[in-house]
Amino acid sequence: MPAVEVSRVRHAYGGRIALDDVSFQVEPGEIFALLGPNGGGKTTLFRILSTLMPPDAGSVRVFDADVRTEAAQVRRNIGVVFQNPSLDGKLTARENLLHQGRLYGMRGAALRSRIDEMLAQMAIAGRAADRVEALSGGLQRRVELAKGLLHGPRLLILDEPSAGLDPGARLDLRRYLTRLRDERRVTVLWTTHLIDEAEDADRVLILDRGRVVATGSPNALREEIGGDVIALATADAPGLGGQIRERFGIEPMILDGSVRIEKEDGHRFVAALIEAFPGRIDSVTLAKPTLEDVFIDRTGHRLWEDR
Amino acid sequence: MSLTLGSATLWQRELVRFFRQPSRIAGALGTPLVFWLLLGSGIGRSFSLPTAGGDMYYMEYFFPGVVVMIVLFTSIFSTISIIEDRREGFLQAVLVAPTPRAAIVLGKMAGSTSLALIHGMALLILAPWVAGASPASIPRIAAVVAVIAFGLTGLGYQIAWRMESTQGFHAIMNLFLIPMWMLSGAVFPPDGAPGWLQWVIQLNPLTYGVSALRWSIYGTTDYLAMDGPSPGAAVAVISVFAGAMFVAGLVVTRRRSM
Repeated sequence: MPAVEVSRVRHAYGGRIALDDVSFQVEPGEIFALLGPNGGGKTTLFRILSTLMPPDAGSVRVFDADVRTEAAQVRRNIGVVFQNPSLDGKLTARENLLHQGRLYGMRGAALRSRIDEMLAQMAIAGRAADRVEALSGGLQRRVELAKGLLHGPRLLILDEPSAGLDPGARLDLRRYLTRLRDERRVTVLWTTHLIDEAEDADRVLILDRGRVVATGSPNALREEIGGDVIALATADAPGLGGQIRERFGIEPMILDGSVRIEKEDGHRFVAALIEAFPGRIDSVTLAKPTLEDVFIDRTGHRLWEDR
Repeated sequence: MSLTLGSATLWQRELVRFFRQPSRIAGALGTPLVFWLLLGSGIGRSFSLPTAGGDMYYMEYFFPGVVVMIVLFTSIFSTISIIEDRREGFLQAVLVAPTPRAAIVLGKMAGSTSLALIHGMALLILAPWVAGASPASIPRIAAVVAVIAFGLTGLGYQIAWRMESTQGFHAIMNLFLIPMWMLSGAVFPPDGAPGWLQWVIQLNPLTYGVSALRWSIYGTTDYLAMDGPSPGAAVAVISVFAGAMFVAGLVVTRRRSM
């Protein structure tokens, strides 16, 4: 039984299509990233998976329970970590966790000891009696994470988890999530618009304009591109691109006024290019493909493009 | 998942939050008190209502009206927090929890009702002096105030649940909730109003709340408006209203969850 099973989901806000025929599965114990530009459909998918709203069409099952008809069962199995912490600033960290626990049917000594355990795990026990509004953004995120994990969910869903975190805190969060998966077999799913955050996942789903662009492990996706990515800065990108096509029989891409080529043994090809077009190339970059290159390869535009 | 545990915890949060923001207490209690003292003293003996129990001056006539105003203000101010909870994010975590939707509605309404009751009773301790109520009538008065508060909180809940901003709520308050209070027999006796207004007054559920409160203070019908509803009808109507508001709250909560 998959942890998450999304099949043929469509959703629209008024006339604007947010999700268009989206299907994928997440296996139990997987760390799964939903990568896409803002407005790509991630947030809509997050809302549907967290039972905040049902999809217009298609089916979404979480541990075999339907989000539309068996929402209560889905809710018991998932922990949700929101991008804007869902904390009550007027209450202390401990009070926030107390209310959270009771909303999940926990109470008494069992709840109190579970709260102590989570506060210790997040290293915030010393601030438990402080009102949340007095805590820094990073500490609030830890309380939020403790809140999402308090009832021991089988699936943890995080919306842009590292937004607003400094690099150190980001690393801590990733390590913690990996440990959670390794030790507790918690399935982890997060949305992100950051390439390197998606690279950390076991598998990635890339969304663009409501459609699935690619799914697979970051390595497999990169290997599909094959070889290296070469970017040439030049005064006349379309002209140079055309000549490269004629001369080498490959199909370069013109992106943001530069010529972009995917090629095996890129270093040799760079040498050939420089010799073939002396004085035409201002600079060259040669790199191993990233998930952004996968995105560009599949969509023809960058992740961060104004549209 | 337990209805009582879920609603009790949300009820408790409502109270704790309220008492950590002292300015809210002043806002809900202060304005009506100033209204009562200024209007009551200012109008003074220019207003004299003949009742079966003797002439009634404005300070006394307006007293139950001010209590209802306090209840209305408290209910409104505490249901506005739904909009803040939605904006600040607390509500989304409640909505993805497996607690029954009825617990969310009940927790919020019970929390606001408790606060309205506390505020209303803060003024009602003056009832023995202002209106000659016997201390033994206090539980009866409290019960009536609680039912009125529950109904008004439910009404506020309906409005706040659909709203994106607190400004919108303030507009509705001025255009709808304040007139509803004015046309309930709280401010002037309905008997003297023109016919069309009397119709509005009779259709206003709060009219029955005010009547029920007057009756609960005096323990007799001697001081009620002549054409007003009987105490039994008044209590029945306001109770049905409160129940209907809870059901309506449940319906809007199930319909929109974001």
